[in-house]
Amino acid sequence: MTDHSSAALEGREHLRPDRPDWAASHIPAHRRPLPLVTREAVGRPAAKAAAERLAGRSADWQQGRWPPEFDVLRERASAIRRETLADLDTHLQTLTASVERSGGVVHRAATGEQAADIVRRIAAEHGAGLVVKSKSMVTEEIHLNERLEQAGMSVVETDLGEYLVQLGDERPAHIIAPAVHLSREDVAGRFARLDGRDPDQDGDDDPVTLARFARERMREDFRRADVGVTGVNFAVAETGTLVTVTNEGNADLVTSQPRVHIAVMTIEKVLPRFADLGVLVPLLTYAGMHQDVTVYQTMITGPRRTGERDGPDELHLVILDNGRSGILGTRYEEVLCCIRCGACQTACPVFRTLGGGHAYASVYGGPIGAVLTPLLSDRAEDRDLPYLSSLCGACGDVCPVKIPLPDMLVDLRADAVAAATGPKAATRRLGWRAWATSWRSPRVYRAQVAAARVVNRALPDRLLARLPGMPRAWARGRALPDPGALPDPEAPPDGPPEREAPR
Amino acid sequence: MSRVALFTSCAADLAMPTPAAAARQVLGAAGVTVEVPTTQTCCGQVALNSGHVAAATTLMRHWLDVFAPYDAVVSPSGSCTATVAHHFTRVLDEPLRARAADLASRTYELTQYLVRTGLLDRLDLALDETVTWHDSCHMLRSLGESDTPRTVLSRVRGLRLHEVRDREVCCGFGGTFATKFPDLSCAMADHKLAEVADAGVRTLVAADPGCLLHLGGRARATGVPVRAVHVADLLAQALDGTRPRTVTNDGGTA
Repeated sequence: MTDHSSAALEGREHLRPDRPDWAASHIPAHRRPLPLVTREAVGRPAAKAAAERLAGRSADWQQGRWPPEFDVLRERASAIRRETLADLDTHLQTLTASVERSGGVVHRAATGEQAADIVRRIAAEHGAGLVVKSKSMVTEEIHLNERLEQAGMSVVETDLGEYLVQLGDERPAHIIAPAVHLSREDVAGRFARLDGRDPDQDGDDDPVTLARFARERMREDFRRADVGVTGVNFAVAETGTLVTVTNEGNADLVTSQPRVHIAVMTIEKVLPRFADLGVLVPLLTYAGMHQDVTVYQTMITGPRRTGERDGPDELHLVILDNGRSGILGTRYEEVLCCIRCGACQTACPVFRTLGGGHAYASVYGGPIGAVLTPLLSDRAEDRDLPYLSSLCGACGDVCPVKIPLPDMLVDLRADAVAAATGPKAATRRLGWRAWATSWRSPRVYRAQVAAARVVNRALPDRLLARLPGMPRAWARGRALPDPGALPDPEAPPDGPPEREAPR
Repeated sequence: MSRVALFTSCAADLAMPTPAAAARQVLGAAGVTVEVPTTQTCCGQVALNSGHVAAATTLMRHWLDVFAPYDAVVSPSGSCTATVAHHFTRVLDEPLRARAADLASRTYELTQYLVRTGLLDRLDLALDETVTWHDSCHMLRSLGESDTPRTVLSRVRGLRLHEVRDREVCCGFGGTFATKFPDLSCAMADHKLAEVADAGVRTLVAADPGCLLHLGGRARATGVPVRAVHVADLLAQALDGTRPRTVTNDGGTA
């Protein structure tokens, strides 16, 4: 059935993934320790270019801060999101009734596996050969593409960035800029290979040409597709309206051309009132892209009605929990306020220096990923993610719904320490406690300070780099304090202060 | 007479003792005699940020005991000050929380203290130097302070402040982050140092020994001609108008 195959993916066999294993679309059950992965990531030349691209966006942010009109929206949005979480079940019930009233079918899924299975079943029931998707993080979370492909279907990402990432068998490197790790030349290379051309001979990297190439191939798939899958930026409980924002208009085509539209959302995406969109949509686009409004806002209320020309015969809404209700009522509840704008990722200097989110080796990278992933994941090694932060706090500043991400990163580290098992973890805990107790003694403290100063003066960096532990890691790349800059203890005025006992 | 204590910061005690002495000298020049409590150690930040809350609270409690008798606490570390201001009340339970809130309201980073008490007006400062200010993360975001250091620098005759675009971007120190992820941490420092060096500025000033040890150490290891100077040291030098020593490319001092 040739008309069910994908035009966009034609020639995919010519593409050999050139990404590191930790960027792969399939996340393995185990990963190497973060220090090793991040070391590799920082060392890639592509990381520096991506960091520059992201830094440009972030600098934009630093100059502007929150303009007064958005500051007002930020306050209101924060209140709306928290108020929604306080009565989430009721809002989800209202949403379900509203969607059903407008002719849609609502499915609830407790796990990612269940959600992916619901989508697969609906698609299979309609004999789907080709599925087109608009950008969606939740379908990444449930590994939907993999599941549908296993069932023999072709799946095409129609967001340009997602398409590029799909061609390279990668995960999105950023929530709203999935291909931020790629240069124009990388894009030209992927398209040339897809087209059976040699990128070195015939790799036109003119942006207009590249966009046309993608558009022509995708247009064909919009016509051929049987099922369209979208995420949901916001779902309005009172009207049953599903809202998706894009800059490419692909969500309009995904939801209007195929016979079946399946929207996938997680429980916290619900908004009580239609009017709330007036607060949340501009805030989302401003926080994410510094746009007052995105080029397209797609609002879907039910399938095609009698007399309408466009739209699907069937609309299905899959509402997924996947561990989120377990976060409600805990000190991390506010993380569910997240509207997936990606601002914390763009603002995070660690994320930028890593060249994007791949090195976090999880679906969500950056500060939001370092908080959300350990809360949702069963993998023990994901508890390390909160350490992949310098705790600079920029994520908290830029969060449009004021999630205290910096404090959560600190608290999750405490959870990681508490959850760690085995003799090594126990020894470490005891060591910290013993250290703290010893530092209540000024005598011990002063002895250690004196010893450290002697070491700083006496040992050259190359010797320290041979020692185990912290001094070694420090001396690998950084010189110790300049001994000449240390004060001479014989000369009191410039020396360390003589401490006076409190009276 | 009100009693003022200097909270020196353990990172500084261990590896960068000059800012504490310089802070004392500057405050002395403004007519304030500061006491340096011999019993002080660490505010617990390093333990807290490593996930060891029990160890952190032990040290927080000790910190409260040491500084409770004072009318004001002044620190040459924005980050340590921010820990007291932000994390103490967040982590500690009552009745310690109330004590922490009370003491936090009297705890200042050095430039904050100089500006808010008006002591700055009593200082005669002069230095012929072009510097850039590095907003250390905790001072900027947890303590919410970016004005007072600039006010202080603006009072130094002959000093030119050259602001760089990424002045608010983390230098990559991050406490144990620096040793857990050394490559990442150093790459972040390189970004910072390159921006300053490209602007033709040779002196980076900040209020945090941690950032300065990291940036200064990285600059010397890689030969970037930028020296990292604590604001207290800069002010102490500006007191008598002498020019600070300059660091040459080979890492030596001239």
